[in-house]
Amino acid sequence: MITYLMRRLGYALIMLVIVSFVSFLIIDLPPGDFMDQKLAELSQRGDRSAETRIEEYRAKYGLDKPLLQRYWMWASNFVKGDFGESFQFERPVKDILGERLQMTILLAMFALAVMWIVAIPLGVYSAVNQYSLGDQVMTTIAFIGMGMPNFLLALLVLFFAVVVMDADITGLFSREFRDAAWSLAKVWDLLKHMWIPSLIAAVTGSAGLIRIMRANLLDTLGMPFVEAARARGLKNRTVIWKHAVRIAINPLVVILGSEHIPGIINRNMLLAYILNLPTIGPVFIGALLVQDSYMAGTCLVFLIMLTLLGNLLADIGLAWLDPRIRLE
Amino acid sequence: MTTDKSSETPSTGSGQAPSTGSGQAPERDKKQLSQSYWALVWWRFKRNRMGIGGMIIVLISLICGTLFAEFFTPYLVNQQSDYIEARPQWPHFIDPDGKFHLRPFVYGLNEEIDMTLHIRVYTVDTSKQYPIHFLVRGVPYKLLGLIPMDTHIFGPDPDDPEAHVYIFGTDGLGRDIFSRIVYGARLSLLLGLIGQALTLIFGATLGAISGYYGGGMDMFIMRTTEFLQAFPREPILLALASIIPDNWDPMWIYFGLTIVLAFVYWGGLARQVRGLVLSIREREFVLAAQSFGASDRRLLFRHLIPNAMSNIIVNATMMIPAMIQSEAFLGFLGLGLRPPLTSWGVLMNEVSSVRAIRYFPWLLIPIPFILISLLGFNMLGDGLRDALDPYSGR
Repeated sequence: MITYLMRRLGYALIMLVIVSFVSFLIIDLPPGDFMDQKLAELSQRGDRSAETRIEEYRAKYGLDKPLLQRYWMWASNFVKGDFGESFQFERPVKDILGERLQMTILLAMFALAVMWIVAIPLGVYSAVNQYSLGDQVMTTIAFIGMGMPNFLLALLVLFFAVVVMDADITGLFSREFRDAAWSLAKVWDLLKHMWIPSLIAAVTGSAGLIRIMRANLLDTLGMPFVEAARARGLKNRTVIWKHAVRIAINPLVVILGSEHIPGIINRNMLLAYILNLPTIGPVFIGALLVQDSYMAGTCLVFLIMLTLLGNLLADIGLAWLDPRIRLE
Repeated sequence: MTTDKSSETPSTGSGQAPSTGSGQAPERDKKQLSQSYWALVWWRFKRNRMGIGGMIIVLISLICGTLFAEFFTPYLVNQQSDYIEARPQWPHFIDPDGKFHLRPFVYGLNEEIDMTLHIRVYTVDTSKQYPIHFLVRGVPYKLLGLIPMDTHIFGPDPDDPEAHVYIFGTDGLGRDIFSRIVYGARLSLLLGLIGQALTLIFGATLGAISGYYGGGMDMFIMRTTEFLQAFPREPILLALASIIPDNWDPMWIYFGLTIVLAFVYWGGLARQVRGLVLSIREREFVLAAQSFGASDRRLLFRHLIPNAMSNIIVNATMMIPAMIQSEAFLGFLGLGLRPPLTSWGVLMNEVSSVRAIRYFPWLLIPIPFILISLLGFNMLGDGLRDALDPYSGR
């Protein structure tokens, strides 16, 4: 077990170094850099000292140095917990991500909870009542939901909210609560805003889960051990939930680890961007768009760390859930 | 090894989704025995209503959009008019007097300026009625770039210079949105098809080489795909798409984008093909061909790849919507195709502000069209997956 973990960790570390370097390289590849854009913007405003100011910025952020040296500087500071400075916000990356971390995790957890609470019972229902009307309706909806990009759905929902309901659904708080201290009213306000992104995320996310749950449970229900459990005279509900679902849920655990944990940052990025939520996703997109290298690089590294961590957790979780699986 | 497990388990899970339950009838068995593989595939596919539905949607969008967009639209793609951001003129059959017209007509629009919001608004003028003519003369164009024509499937009365028919409204330059949706399908669908073709060539060849030769080559290719898959999909697309310089010729941007898409998506296919090749390589007919002295290339391209073909086709159909969706996503952020070209991504870029959604919601009309065609490809892929496995005896 220990050797297994060590090996995985070593592999993850190597992967991290390579991936972070390559992502740094890719972010650096487009012609020009953030400062060129900034220079154009400043001189358009008629700032005469623009040139010298940009030179100062370049020196400050180390943009005048070659890529390798810059990467080394950033990476060695990264290990010490200093992620560099964001060009567009002119503040440390750490502070910006720190502010948004709480809401990002909260929102992701909420969306995940909605998704799983919706998907598992529906998937089980669909499998147990195969070919019933409910199953057919559910399978159709799941099929449509699976192919639906969630940013298009978000645009449609935004249309209904803005034009039909005349509501303000962007952001996570109404204006009066944005800087207020936490109170019951603020939590209520948050919930009022949060259900929309969660619902969109749940619709597009649970569709795939329902299909997988249904297919796996159907396979499991045909297995001899389920027959045996029934033969012992166990209640139908016990047979399904305690015996069959427990095995059929394995692939979902893998998905939880490998997709949903990195999905905390990644999954609803564009959705958050459209709805202007104070989460990490929108700043990540913004950073990629304007070549804010340290910011984008930091987000990418965390994303990949989460991916690797998620895979590891999924493997451990599987071994714990299903005693037949060994970690070697 | 663990990466293998986590990436493959869910796909086999969904792959096992049973589709058409059917009992084995004796006459069906007889028919199955005497048919060729592709005849069997078609025979099975025909019975899958969802697959047929998907095929019809895909064919319609390919024919109307990709091939004959000029004929199926009333206006040309970049034809501008004086009606800027005009509301849709929904077709009507019954006029204000309650009289029924067999020929649908639209009402004229009056332009006004909303002084508080400083935007143009259009009001419906029921006194002006413009009938919609079908198979009507309009702006000349060249069908398929070759045949000069001027017939459009519908349009305003060609003899009335005032007449106009914008059934889905116009955009900021006064261009007909309906026409732009149809033209957008051309580039978006082609992007999916070409991108997928590139992915197929890269992915299948590299996967087959990897599985066939094994050893160092296999190691190198597989580590590369693992590495590519470690990157999160959307951010890597974003980062790669922003490498394409803005000042390139639009056609080069288009080409660059297809390469970016193919580069991001080839890994999964390569892994799948490798797995298939590994299992086929040990079969008797391959060993027989090998013992007759067939060259590596012959084995690879005559025996291994054709046998993996059905899986490859399914994978390809399933990936096309992902590519179309990626183009819409990149376009929405302003990184996909760029204006003089018209694609669904470019159309999406026009609704990337809440202001647009509030005041010009008809700019959202492309979305249902995008969703339906994505659904069409998904349905077709699902139907094909069930049909291409006719010996499974399900």
